Amino acid sequence: MALKIVKGSIDRMFDKNLQDLVRGIRNHKEDEAKYISTCIDEIKQELKQDNIAVKANAVCKLTYLQMLGYDVSWAAFNIVEVMSSSKFTYKRIGYLAASQCFHENTDVIMLTTNQIRKDLSSPNQYDTGVALTGLSCFVTPDLARDLANDIMTLMSHTKPYIRKKAVLIMYKVFLKYPESLRPAFPRLKEKLEDPDPGVQSAAVNVICELARRNPKNYLSLAPLFFKLMTSSTNNWVLIKIIKLFGALTPLEPRLGKKLIEPLTNLIHSTSAMSLLYECVNTVIAVLISLSSGMPNHSASIQLCVQKLRILIEDSDQNLKYLGLLAMSKILKTHPKSVQSHKDLILQCLDDKDESIRLRALDLLYGMVSKKNLMEIVKKLMIHVDKAEGTTYRDELLTKIIDICSQSNYQYITNFEWYISILVELTRLEGTRHGHLIASQMLDVAIRVKAIRVFAVAQMATLLDNAHLLTGNMQRNGICEVLYAAAWICGEFSEHLENPVQTLEAMLRPKVATLPGHIQAVYVQNAAKLFATILKNQEGNTDSTAAQETSQMMIDRLPLFVQSANLEVQERASCILQLVKYIQKLQQKDVEVAEEVSALFAGELNPVAPKAQKKVPVPEGLDLDAWINEPPSESESEDEQPKAIFTKEEPKHSRPRHTEVDEKELARRREARKQEQANNPFYIKASPSSQKVYQEAPGVEHIPVVQIDLSVPLKVPATTPSHPTGLPMSDQYVKLEEERRQKERAEKKKKEKKKRKEKRSGRGKKHDSGPESEEDITPAHVVDIVTEEMPENALPSDDDDKDPNDPHKALDIDLDNLLETTARRPLADSEKLPVRSHRAAGAPKSSAEDGEAENATPQEPKKKSSKEKRDKKKDKERDRKRSKEEKKKKKHKHEEKEEDLLGGQAEEPVVQSEETKEVEAQPTSTSAEVSDLDFWLSNAPVPSNTQEAATVAEAAPAPEAPAGTAADSEPEEPKDTETEESKSSKHKKKKQKKEKEEKEKKKKKKHHHHHHHSDGGGEESVQNGTVEEEEPLPPMSNYCLLAENSYIKMVCDIQGNLQDGSQVVVSVIFENKSDSFLKSMEFNVLDSLNSKLQRPEGSGPHDGLTVPFQLPPGVSNEARFVFTVQSIVMPQKLKGTLTFIVKNEDSSTHEKLDFKLHFTCTSYLITTPCYSDAFAKLLESGDLKSSSVRLEGVNMPFHHLLARICFHHHFSVVERIDSCASMYSRSIQGHHVCLLVKTSGQTVSIDAKCDEPTLLGNVLDEIKQTFSQC
Amino acid sequence: MVCTDNIDFTIPLQPATDRIMIKFVLMVNRQGQTRLSRYYHSVELSRRAALEADVVRYCLSRKKDQCSFVEYKDFKLVYRQYAALYIVVGITDSENELSIYELVHNFVEVLDKYFSRVSELDIMFNLDRVHIILDEMIQNGHIVETNKSRILAPLTTIDKMVDS
Repeated sequence: MALKIVKGSIDRMFDKNLQDLVRGIRNHKEDEAKYISTCIDEIKQELKQDNIAVKANAVCKLTYLQMLGYDVSWAAFNIVEVMSSSKFTYKRIGYLAASQCFHENTDVIMLTTNQIRKDLSSPNQYDTGVALTGLSCFVTPDLARDLANDIMTLMSHTKPYIRKKAVLIMYKVFLKYPESLRPAFPRLKEKLEDPDPGVQSAAVNVICELARRNPKNYLSLAPLFFKLMTSSTNNWVLIKIIKLFGALTPLEPRLGKKLIEPLTNLIHSTSAMSLLYECVNTVIAVLISLSSGMPNHSASIQLCVQKLRILIEDSDQNLKYLGLLAMSKILKTHPKSVQSHKDLILQCLDDKDESIRLRALDLLYGMVSKKNLMEIVKKLMIHVDKAEGTTYRDELLTKIIDICSQSNYQYITNFEWYISILVELTRLEGTRHGHLIASQMLDVAIRVKAIRVFAVAQMATLLDNAHLLTGNMQRNGICEVLYAAAWICGEFSEHLENPVQTLEAMLRPKVATLPGHIQAVYVQNAAKLFATILKNQEGNTDSTAAQETSQMMIDRLPLFVQSANLEVQERASCILQLVKYIQKLQQKDVEVAEEVSALFAGELNPVAPKAQKKVPVPEGLDLDAWINEPPSESESEDEQPKAIFTKEEPKHSRPRHTEVDEKELARRREARKQEQANNPFYIKASPSSQKVYQEAPGVEHIPVVQIDLSVPLKVPATTPSHPTGLPMSDQYVKLEEERRQKERAEKKKKEKKKRKEKRSGRGKKHDSGPESEEDITPAHVVDIVTEEMPENALPSDDDDKDPNDPHKALDIDLDNLLETTARRPLADSEKLPVRSHRAAGAPKSSAEDGEAENATPQEPKKKSSKEKRDKKKDKERDRKRSKEEKKKKKHKHEEKEEDLLGGQAEEPVVQSEETKEVEAQPTSTSAEVSDLDFWLSNAPVPSNTQEAATVAEAAPAPEAPAGTAADSEPEEPKDTETEESKSSKHKKKKQKKEKEEKEKKKKKKHHHHHHHSDGGGEESVQNGTVEEEEPLPPMSNYCLLAENSYIKMVCDIQGNLQDGSQVVVSVIFENKSDSFLKSMEFNVLDSLNSKLQRPEGSGPHDGLTVPFQLPPGVSNEARFVFTVQSIVMPQKLKGTLTFIVKNEDSSTHEKLDFKLHFTCTSYLITTPCYSDAFAKLLESGDLKSSSVRLEGVNMPFHHLLARICFHHHFSVVERIDSCASMYSRSIQGHHVCLLVKTSGQTVSIDAKCDEPTLLGNVLDEIKQTFSQC
Repeated sequence: MVCTDNIDFTIPLQPATDRIMIKFVLMVNRQGQTRLSRYYHSVELSRRAALEADVVRYCLSRKKDQCSFVEYKDFKLVYRQYAALYIVVGITDSENELSIYELVHNFVEVLDKYFSRVSELDIMFNLDRVHIILDEMIQNGHIVETNKSRILAPLTTIDKMVDS
């Protein structure tokens, strides 16, 4: 035995240690792999020995080898052995190896549970520490479940070193074993106020992480974090907290108001750039989330922009980069503030660092205007020339196109310039973006009719010089532009200067080297050109020219007939036969041109991308019905790709149907693909983009595009000749400038005239001032196809959530844990498993009954059985009855108490089961935290009185929050009850509910499912209008505007969904007289808020001419557009209609005054909303609530709903029996939600909206609607 | 009174774009050899080598006058060069680049203090100690400690234990 030990230690002397291994590897640079494999063999031998020291040494070396990329998983068991060594130095090596090598699927991990538990409870703090560190790397769900309790205990360890680590590892444990969050949270929260700053910072870290995933549950911690933020001096912690607030503010706008002040203070005071950057970022985020309904925070934005400017101007590249990054965030919401720093950003384009240039490019996108677009693009073009490296150049290219084409070419005033820019871009070598340029050329040529002549000429030149583009076989990508060029020349061939020459260019033998899809377009468009040429030559007496053209076609086309590309071959042979036939006819002197051009007659118009969807499904066609027998389940499953379009499709209540739908969509998609493949005008991605090209020396010096002098350059005589060295686009820049100047001059003249007419001698201040955006009129009209949203677009964009998100499970309501009284103590099943005795099924069941309530979404609950509902109904009825009886006895106080008891007895909570975890909370903080709303509205922060004062000022108590509306109501239920003679049964019920609400406010979320079935009915109507139960009375939205003996005006006012500030008034004029009405002028006295849109050039008081005349007895409709700023209040506008009444013998001027009433309803737009989106909306907590009661409404419920839908532009979200939720949206995006309940003749409408004034007015209007009937 | 009575809510979730703030810490030299690697999320061994090579290539290709933040795939890299050694930290998109930049420097300062003028060789031959230091500073992707003496406290105790 002794000998063995001696032998072991002697062996050890010859073992390599880590240092030797590292050295050895360095000395065997040539045959490293071989050397390492011998080392691994040695290590394997060492691991076989009993001596733990040898093993530890071997494991240590393995860790190093693992880092170098060698698989050491075979030694996992040995690592566990070393981990369990009693000697710390070895244990440490074992844990390090484990933390580097183990992962969730390492099977030996399950052997470690007891070892780790032992280490965690070791008296040596470093044993514990090393175990915790290791655990954080390889914790598995099993380990998390088994060790959660041990780690939780360690959170209260005496040593801060351990506490700190335990707190941090809890985050990992929560992720792996979400059930541990509820029981551990109170203690975690406690650690936020740990005396040790390290522990505190760890707790901040963990809670911040948790809260950033599910911010809602942590809102109530805001006051505590606020205190930490104003008191902490640790910048790392501050950064974390500020990040957390960034996540919380979207949920609670009032928090944002409160934050702005301390954040701006920090921005002013801090010297740490990282903190400054974080603050600026958060201020931006806060301001974005507050963008609506907030007083102007331009000061804060200004401060941010200023600070960012300092960062960008700094010589430190890192700061410059981050400054630009943050700037781009501001750009999205406050483009104006950024635009003023244009100079700085343009300067960054010259930076030597590519990443900075790219960031600056991002910013440019938002900075262009009509005025500076040309200048900016010119600058970019210079960069394109200078740029080294294709990636950056490609980036520049895409940016140029992005900038120019953004929002429907909004900023382009001269399309000739743009086309020449595109042509210049084709000179780029080796770009991947040929197809991008091509699609722009096509788009512009198709949509801007005025530019076609110019575009065709340019494209013809391009085709003529195609050899330069394709010089080196397939200069990948760029030859794509020839696709566009050929198509444009063919389609708009009537504009061609010299079609024969172009035709010749398109049929050159060289063309056959182009990619197939381009050749196909060439062939097809050669035919179009041919048709045009024939047509042009038809009139000539000499037909030889036409016959020559035919002959050329016949000579050249066979080349394409031989093409390997099927598409080219097919088209070429078809056209060849056609031309041969034509030639025969020509020889017989038959006129064929007309018929040939008929082949290509008709114009192609751009189609809105979503146009297909807008086509209504014809009546009687059921898209969901099977056409064939349904395929078997398994088959359909694997061939269904996740359709991108399914999101937008209405969700069907029955799952089978959605599946059918997807199937259908897949089929449609297939069909569309087919169609696209056959469509010559559909641009496909270049298949050959990966191919490498050989660079020809000096190609870039050859001017690809010679300036086509045949194109009239429209150079005014005053500027005789431009240096031809200028790139073409530059000439257009000059031209454009001249055009603008001219325009300006004309305008000036006009204005002068006007002024002279009015009053002579006003200063010329205006003229010399800078030209404003609106002054620049585009030289060409863009044929804009407005891209409308489909009608069923959801108001909220709920992104598909990742179902695998581990944080989903952590979405646990912790509010009740924060209350001192602990409404919902931990159930037995929720307690963390202690020690190793555990029943196999236990944790699962806890997951089900404990957390399912909170975490599971809506659907399963809907299934709640009918019996349950009935029971509840009965119970409620009983309660009501008992309540009434008691009321008669007039024991109000007692009764109230009893009621509450009754309410509580219903809850499935066993109050006695308080656990020590809950008791452990410090009462001081919970008291402080208990009322977040109170804190948010007015409570000063105790930590810093001076700051608190300013904060309180900054956040003047706003309206009562939605969730606690009941709370803020005056506490006088008794008073109202004394006059109970009046109060109806309904009212009593409501009061009672309010009381309950007050009690249950904080735990509401746990119990709302009780209320779920309050309405009681089984029938539920979703999505859409109400089912027809009875025929509805006819309704009309047109209301009388004004009337006299000659004319009657009725009008309808609708918001414009496309433009949040527009309202369209449709007026029907009806001629009641026997005379002819003409020269009608419609005029309205504008208010500050609402203005009639008048054509350009007319004064603010000019009337609008009604674009028609009215013969006797005829009526016609005209539309007038108004711009409104604020839509929260109804508006009344006075107006006059003047017209001439013309009889046979006389004509008289008449006028009719009217008052236009813009109700708040007219700003609402019927927008469908799904119940889940609706629920989310209500849940978001951003909405203010209000309610209204209608008495004596004597109509069926569905009539009532239909009325609200029709007159007030709502849609029904869900209807359950006598209760319905409704939704609408204002043109400025306010959400309006209604809950309409009826009982007898009383209708109560509870409503929520993010704009309380608007809501109040809408409710008033609804009330009025029903008072009229 | 509140109209949400009979509507059940689904609780909105933030999209799971990022889970761990610091994804990994790498130390590589100019030749592209890894001197230290620590992953805070599990990456397969085979993919680690590819990732490391790619990341290193990315950082090495950048010039001195370029900024130290790189957008890489779906996350960001913050790197700092010390002589021939690069320290590269992979972070999620929402993390503050500057604070990580400072953390890297802090880490190097701690190493400097412990090894008194740290060199690449120190790191190679005392990899386990460097790991201890790193583990004291960063744990499961979060910054734990930035105070130099507190970071070094456990290590000095361990050294004493080994000596005795």
